[in-house]
Amino acid sequence: MKKSVDEALAREFGLTSEEYARVVAIMGRTPSLTELGVFSVMWSEHCSYKSSRKWLKTLPTTAPWVIHGPGENAGVVDIGEGYAAIFKMESHNHPSFIEPYQGAATGVGGILRDVFTMGARPVANLNALRFGSPETPRTRQIIDGVVRGIGGYGNCVGVPTVGGEINFHPAYDGNPLVNAMTVGIARKDRIFLSAAAGIGNPVVYVGSRTGRDGIHGATMSSAEFDEHALAKRPTVQVGDPFIEKLLIEACLELMATDAIVAIQDMGAAGLTSSSVEMAGKGGVGIELDLDAVPQREPGMTAYEMMLSESQERMLMVLKPDRTEIARKIFEKWELDFAIIGHLTDTGHIVVKHKGQVEADIPLDPLAEQAPIYDRPAATPVVPGPVEDIHAPLSLDAMLLKLVGSPDLASRAWVWNQYDSTVGGQTVRRPGAADAAIVKIEDTSLGLALTTDCTPRYCQADPKTGGAQAVAEAWRNITATGARPLAVTDNLNFGNPEKPEIMGQFVAAIEGMGEACRVLDFPVVSGNVSLYNETRQPDGSTRAILPTPAIGALGVLEDVTKAVGLGMAEASDLVLVGETKGELGQSIWLREILGREEGAPPSVDLATEKRNGDFVRNAILDGTVRACHDIADGGILVAVAEMVMASRVGCELESPTSGIRPEAFWFGEDQARYLVCVKDGAAFCADAQKNGVPARILGRSGGSDLILPSGVTISAARLTTAHDAFFPTLMAR
Amino acid sequence: MKSAIVVFPGTNRERDMAIALKRVTGKTPTMLWHRDTDLPDVDLVVLPGGFSYGDYLRCGAMAAHSPIMAAIRAFAQKGGHILGVCNGFQILTETGLLPGALLRNANLRFLSQDCTLRVERSDTPFTHKWEKGATFRTPLAHGDGNFTADSQTLARLEGEGLVAFRYASPTGQVQADDTSSNPNGSVNSIAGILSENTRICGMMPHPEDLVDPLMGGVDGLPLFEGLVEAIVQ
Repeated sequence: MKKSVDEALAREFGLTSEEYARVVAIMGRTPSLTELGVFSVMWSEHCSYKSSRKWLKTLPTTAPWVIHGPGENAGVVDIGEGYAAIFKMESHNHPSFIEPYQGAATGVGGILRDVFTMGARPVANLNALRFGSPETPRTRQIIDGVVRGIGGYGNCVGVPTVGGEINFHPAYDGNPLVNAMTVGIARKDRIFLSAAAGIGNPVVYVGSRTGRDGIHGATMSSAEFDEHALAKRPTVQVGDPFIEKLLIEACLELMATDAIVAIQDMGAAGLTSSSVEMAGKGGVGIELDLDAVPQREPGMTAYEMMLSESQERMLMVLKPDRTEIARKIFEKWELDFAIIGHLTDTGHIVVKHKGQVEADIPLDPLAEQAPIYDRPAATPVVPGPVEDIHAPLSLDAMLLKLVGSPDLASRAWVWNQYDSTVGGQTVRRPGAADAAIVKIEDTSLGLALTTDCTPRYCQADPKTGGAQAVAEAWRNITATGARPLAVTDNLNFGNPEKPEIMGQFVAAIEGMGEACRVLDFPVVSGNVSLYNETRQPDGSTRAILPTPAIGALGVLEDVTKAVGLGMAEASDLVLVGETKGELGQSIWLREILGREEGAPPSVDLATEKRNGDFVRNAILDGTVRACHDIADGGILVAVAEMVMASRVGCELESPTSGIRPEAFWFGEDQARYLVCVKDGAAFCADAQKNGVPARILGRSGGSDLILPSGVTISAARLTTAHDAFFPTLMAR
Repeated sequence: MKSAIVVFPGTNRERDMAIALKRVTGKTPTMLWHRDTDLPDVDLVVLPGGFSYGDYLRCGAMAAHSPIMAAIRAFAQKGGHILGVCNGFQILTETGLLPGALLRNANLRFLSQDCTLRVERSDTPFTHKWEKGATFRTPLAHGDGNFTADSQTLARLEGEGLVAFRYASPTGQVQADDTSSNPNGSVNSIAGILSENTRICGMMPHPEDLVDPLMGGVDGLPLFEGLVEAIVQ
């Protein structure tokens, strides 16, 4: 069956009428089906960033240690001793709702390829997950599939999954978020880029064969979900981590030679985006002969091959006299290797199949005339402070309820399905420190890695929420003793064609940008996922909470200086930072009073920097024995987490006068840390000298948390309350 | 001690094992490719963890038919020392060099956590640095670690004292139906077994991942130190 190409088909492919008219103008004729397919995926939101590009440009992306910022497959930063860290976070939200296991698994596979395609050996995976209400039955299926998928892929490829975060909220009921991050290491003079060069050079395809899976995945990811969403399962790809493992080893083996001119993985929009982007960046043309493409099934058309999102495939431009060396390496690893084309000087992508030219598109206009939208954005209305707050329960009862609540409960059920030690370099496993710590083999360096975002803050005040996400990531890295270097962002929002959603997006970027600038913490890579909305039976749509997830990386020059969050024995517990008792949008307000109200805690970036720099220096000079940042749940939850981590107890002093107890203990004021030090008085005096507020909050010892009232909660009792949520939920 | 590590397609803990061996020998072990047909002159061959052939068909089943395995069988017959960890243990059982089989974990999920092992005998090359009954902590990471064997084989393993390690509580209590101490559901809490000549050891947990204080402890180190001493003698 030959489909006739017209505006109606273009709209089916996700192009607007205006965009289709532009396609016809560029081509000077009606495009072929394959050509229309290429335009529609390259101009999809997912590939073109047409709604977001204008705002992404405002983010700071440079620093002396940044080697490659956004625009390459992943960001690259100098970490010292001749090494670079290469990292990126990417979403696989839509596929993970439709088919949770494969959606999450291929999300991990895709981000791994983005990193090793640049020459890095992947050394750590992280993820940021948001699920719907625990009360919604499908949430359990999605958690089960997503966790199995992340584990199934990451465990098999042998990259440790060392960290991440999970939130629950009914706004994610029909639209979970699966954001996966990979960090890799390479010699900084051995970074591989994607710009093709050398007219006549062979274009080589390696990895898995091409099948009919995932056709138009990028377009699917650029639309809202309706009641037929689950019928879109054929657009979800199927992952094979075993092939990926072979591909990693084969590519790294090839990269140790000098055969590669350019390399890029085939991710979203597969062969189309990899060939178009490599040729486009290099300013050359490219000719592909699809008969040479390794195919999984017979009878595939040019359209299907160009749009397939079959996994575990890479495209390379090789030096012509090195192709046999490359072929031998891929044969050793039992992977397909095929020369499928060559570079040309035409400036066009020409696709041939069975002797026919199926596509012939000028590359410059395909890129340069790609639509960019400056969509109307409504300024978010920020709520005022919350009022009429009073604690209905005793302090100990509230604490036990909070540490067992969905957003604060132990994630061990999840972590225990991820291999966090493979590679033998994991210095701090999940839950042992505010950021995961991974040593770089054969060096004294350690990487500190975290993912962070507080969507309920972003919903109430997107600008403050955007700044807070960056600040919390910076703080988590700081709390281990590491120097924060750079971030990757994964911007998950609703439908940008709605002014209120676009307003959230613009404000969140503004907040993020400000925080990145003040904290000297540039954005070096990222991904945007829009249209995270689900149509309700009544025809309305519901958007997710705005979720600009931040993945961040820091470095320790001497990894042995890293500290964890477990309460240290026989220490003074010191509170660093100012406490006003901000309860707006707090977990306490939601879990204890059932209210999601008010403005989120204020973010003062200069204070954040001053407090953090002071704490980091105190960690590095050996004064601080343990450190934990204060985030969701406030001071008392943070103390409880320290007690649970090491089973060392603590006797607490009374709160600062003038603040209501629940506000002091559960307020979520920013820029604060808890530290264990030998001499609290000396530490506080030093802090005052540096303009950093600090006060002794208690003394560690025993195995009980003792509240100022004298009420005692054993570490074991806290742990029982903390551990129950996930196993109970998943056994339902 | 000269050692070699076999790499199959999908092996992923060969680097961890190399670090552990280098720590006790000062020498980098030789990496062997599954298609090799000869072993170099070595004292110890290690089959490391991972997902050889993606665990497709059955864990270890395809690797057991790799070209290198004929040489490893011959090495075993000559009394060579062989350590198989995790996927390496699975390969040893598939090859028939050790009895039994590793089934899917009892809770049907991948498990990645620390466990406590109890040392069942202290007169073997792999265990002599510990006292009998001693316990040590080690990480485990597997989906198919649930050891089983037919009743005759099990009786023989137990009767001849060929159980090297059992999963135990931190205080050394062994209770097979207790999922907190025997997480994968192994019969008789068996975590590692020995060949009759005690020169082949297969175990599911990863002592190679706990040989450095920086990574949380050195509980796994005695196994490797003990091997060096036993082999050098």
